[in-house]
Amino acid sequence: MIITVASGKGGTGKTTVAVSLTLSLAAADEGADPVFLDCDVEEPNAALFINPVVRERREVGQMIPQVDLELCTLCGRCAEVCQYNAIAVVGEDVLVFPELCHGCGSCTLNCPTGAISEVLDVMGVIERGSTQSLRSAQSSSSTEVGGSSGRIVFAQGILNVGEMMSPPVIRQLKEWGIPPDSDERPVILDAPPGTACPVVEAMEGADFVLLVTEPTPFGLHDLKQTVEVARDEMGLPVGVVINREGVGDQGVDAYCEAEDIPILMRIPIDRGIAEAYSEGVPLVEKLPEYAERFRALYASIERLVGESKELVR
Amino acid sequence: MKQLLILSGKGGTGKTTVAAALAHLGSQELPMVLADADVDAANLELVLEPTTLAEHDFRSGQRAVIDAQACTDCGVCETVCRFDAIISPTDAPFGDAYQVEGLACEGCAACFYQCPEDAIRMEEQLAGRWFRSDSRFGPLFHAHLFAGQENSGKLVALVKQQGRDLASETGARLFLIDGPPGIGCPVISATTGVDMALLVVEPTVSGVHDLKRVLSTTEHFGVPAMAVINKADLNVRRSDEIATFCHERGVELVGRIPYDTSVTEAMVQGQPVTAYTNGLVSEAIRGIWKGVKAHLLLDE
Repeated sequence: MIITVASGKGGTGKTTVAVSLTLSLAAADEGADPVFLDCDVEEPNAALFINPVVRERREVGQMIPQVDLELCTLCGRCAEVCQYNAIAVVGEDVLVFPELCHGCGSCTLNCPTGAISEVLDVMGVIERGSTQSLRSAQSSSSTEVGGSSGRIVFAQGILNVGEMMSPPVIRQLKEWGIPPDSDERPVILDAPPGTACPVVEAMEGADFVLLVTEPTPFGLHDLKQTVEVARDEMGLPVGVVINREGVGDQGVDAYCEAEDIPILMRIPIDRGIAEAYSEGVPLVEKLPEYAERFRALYASIERLVGESKELVR
Repeated sequence: MKQLLILSGKGGTGKTTVAAALAHLGSQELPMVLADADVDAANLELVLEPTTLAEHDFRSGQRAVIDAQACTDCGVCETVCRFDAIISPTDAPFGDAYQVEGLACEGCAACFYQCPEDAIRMEEQLAGRWFRSDSRFGPLFHAHLFAGQENSGKLVALVKQQGRDLASETGARLFLIDGPPGIGCPVISATTGVDMALLVVEPTVSGVHDLKRVLSTTEHFGVPAMAVINKADLNVRRSDEIATFCHERGVELVGRIPYDTSVTEAMVQGQPVTAYTNGLVSEAIRGIWKGVKAHLLLDE
């Protein structure tokens, strides 16, 4: 099951929730190893809390045109079909502007003389690896039974500084990082903030979108916009986690009730949690009693996803 | 006229809190124009309570639309689309022709050019709206990018251009821009051409990590930066680490704001924190305003 953790507003606790949910599932005595993908490729932070060992790294980006001037007749068809002004015929030359290119390949398809081939324009890297086993030594016997090792399978994308477009990096991270058996194990995606195309990319293909918000006017405003994307535009089931409960007002509660959006968990405002976070200590490590609550959260999500699939049928 | 951009890298570190407070303090001393460049999660208006004077459509990008009557189900569109935006008739919820998944379509028109039946047309998108408003601290330009849209960078550029033009025309001394999180397209668009970036950072492992990336971004585009630490007393050791880092990179640290719930209380009341209370937070931000003025030579 693929769960994307999103928020609209930044700093509401996406990474805190995504990391603690994954750690809690990994430490359980049963179930397959969870998979964690940090899709906030502009500012990836989850590794600071999960401490994975990275074993593989790959450069990613998009395919941009390369023109063979021997074959090119300077007809300008490529520039005519490009919707992004990323290729232009200038005098006796053809110029390509990689930062404008979307890698759609339309110029290649339309070139009448086959003068265009494509090369990778590197925009960032994707990495994958895993953590040490998080399970206590006493319960390690279940490893042989269940086939799980108590590890987190981890992957992240890192956009190069100065690069404009994060969606291609997120897309390739997902292709590489989401295992084929994602139906049978928890796959948790930590989304970037906002509600624009990078967030859509992180939600595409998810079974559920978990929205982390804070009970403030800013949190509410951005939550509404994220619900518009996830539920209204993409038709995905959503649920809310209210973080820092105790500050702010009742706006988020009222909105969720009116919109019939389930509030699946509440985390109180606690300077201790914030201080632990500042040192890279995940919530469930600081307050181990939360592990059960996060596993219950996962169970509620499974139930909601089951119900929504029933509805579709 | 000087242009100051508030940035952070990491989201939720207090960009809008600082922007609103600087608008409150600054507008008492000099004429300014404001802009919210976080177009997909715009929050500055929630504190400034602006009156909208004019509203405009933001048309940008396009999407493919398949004419079900003309479509012969040949599947060429699906083959050429690199964004998985074409839904085949077997997967489509309604009808028996190929369809376009609107949010996935990037408007590249590859399918439009390859369709042998000319059954595809490109439609321009209404991608958002932008507003010119009046706020109690000066004219405000802000925008709303519709759910899941692309081209946030273009909308940021538009909002900035409008604000800058008005600031020049009216002789405003400062153009204050509340920026988006991250380091990608909207941040690059917001950064282009400003005189100074004020980086709001929190003393956490994530905050430090993200500060480094956003600072590399402003450096990459040749924009000088200053920094403030928000919630500085949450982790004094990390705050000192940030101070050292800033010093090494030639970034002046213009203030440390303490962790205080009055910031959230002010937000709930729809007030800049400096207008809401005279506590330690407000005192720190008054110091930051002094630092900003000194750096942008606004006292002269």
